[in-house]
Amino acid sequence: MTDPAPNRLGHLLRELAPQVLAAVTRKHGDFADAEDAVQDALFAAATQWPDAGVPENPRGWLYHVAARRLTDQTRSDIARRDRESVVLRENPHCTAATAPIADDITPDGDDTLLLLFMCCHPSLTSSNAIALTLRAVGGLTTREIASAYLVPEATMAQRISRAKQIIKSSAVPFADPGESERAARLQSVLHVLYLVFNEGYASSENTDFVRRDLSNEAIRLTRALFATRSTSAEIGGLLALMLLTDARRAARMGSDGELIPLDAQDRTRWNQPQIIEGVALISALLSQGKVGPYQLQAAIAAIHDEARDFASTDWPQILAFYHLLERMSDNPMVALNRAIAASMVHGPDAGLTQLDALAADARIATHYRLDAARAHMYERVGDVTKAAALFRTAAERTASTAERNYLLTKASRVRLSVGRSSSEVE
Amino acid sequence: MKFMMMMHAPRGSGEYQISNWKPEEFQAHIAFMMNYNKAIQASGEFVAAEGLTPPGAARLIRGDDKGQAITDGPFAESKEFLVGYWIIDVESEQRAWDLAAKASMAPGPGGVPLHLAIEVRQIMGAPPAGG
Repeated sequence: MTDPAPNRLGHLLRELAPQVLAAVTRKHGDFADAEDAVQDALFAAATQWPDAGVPENPRGWLYHVAARRLTDQTRSDIARRDRESVVLRENPHCTAATAPIADDITPDGDDTLLLLFMCCHPSLTSSNAIALTLRAVGGLTTREIASAYLVPEATMAQRISRAKQIIKSSAVPFADPGESERAARLQSVLHVLYLVFNEGYASSENTDFVRRDLSNEAIRLTRALFATRSTSAEIGGLLALMLLTDARRAARMGSDGELIPLDAQDRTRWNQPQIIEGVALISALLSQGKVGPYQLQAAIAAIHDEARDFASTDWPQILAFYHLLERMSDNPMVALNRAIAASMVHGPDAGLTQLDALAADARIATHYRLDAARAHMYERVGDVTKAAALFRTAAERTASTAERNYLLTKASRVRLSVGRSSSEVE
Repeated sequence: MKFMMMMHAPRGSGEYQISNWKPEEFQAHIAFMMNYNKAIQASGEFVAAEGLTPPGAARLIRGDDKGQAITDGPFAESKEFLVGYWIIDVESEQRAWDLAAKASMAPGPGGVPLHLAIEVRQIMGAPPAGG
């Protein structure tokens, strides 16, 4: 028995949550009910263990409390449940100490994979899948998830319960989906984890501590997925992409929440250990040859992270990776990034020609990033009037306050540089 | 008492007249707003605040006979447009007016206060206790 510090206790509970949930689901068959019961058990542990200490077999304790809750629920025996929870509250060790530890609660890393398949089922909307994943696999409370996504707790609870209803009614089994479906299901798991990461990464460094934790949580879950027996190199690719992107987080915003573009970031603030880990991971994966989109994006992030300064960035290599990426998916945003890389290799005129071609694509024609990319290139060729107008259009089109402020500042700076010599242009 | 404070900005030649300001004037404006928000958070009166994307992308929607959306817009030119709102929880209507007056004084070009129009509306709530 140990005396848990609150933080270590939180980590332990979140580590155990998916293991216990998998065991309870396997035993009782119903994922939705099992998930509620495990949440109750986690709550009981979080309130009781700080005073009573962590039981010798915490996993067994959680399993038995959750299983008991489930049994009670099915019997609708409210009186009995109250009586037992009083016993539990008075002596939290009795169940775990006396109950035999069944074989089905030995931890199995692949349970994490099965749970993720369940929570990120393609029939769920991404916001519902995210909510359910963070609770069932991440072990976060509804309140924590709600505050991270800046919605009322009742709204988040509703997303979780709707997600579970859909899973229940579509009778998704808690089992490996089989060879034919596995790749597609893994794709939606990776997408959900990527969305969680992005939500945290895109939030402001100063104000949103809770939201920043989402990035860490996405990295933790992707690591857990990487540790399963699943052989897809794209899991490692996503993990490397997250590590290499997150490594730049401290440098990408100033003290007032203003965006600092890559070429102006203080690279000494980048997280070197994380870069080393990410680079090693992506290098090993690329040498294995089964290259997918997440690995290519990670490879591009690695090139940026390894450059001593912006000027020494290996743009020809980045351009080559964007060409590969473009062949894998018909995504105009990839084409936009390819044009930016091309402008760094062949000059802004070449970049502008490629961007003009893209403007015919209705999917991106009115996207602020197209205006912003063109603005930067016009600024580089010295056409400050066009640049200022495009920065302004981009500012009107973005839905991000930080981006808008950055673009308006650029518009203003560029406009004021008219009439000055180009050497004075910032 | 809860109030909504709706900030209206003058429409210039384009959506953002602000892009004709000098960078440091724009920075000063942003800093003023950030400090304002910090102050009402520190005083325990802040409930929510959001900025809106400019009205060029806005649509006016009505349902037709079948409940399908019919749209109007982009809006005809108006002199002012809604740029964002705050929801505050304060002791009195006077306090809401005072806070709105402060926000109205956000600096513009040359550091001169903009005297922005801020509409203050009380948010309806539960009936008073003992009523």
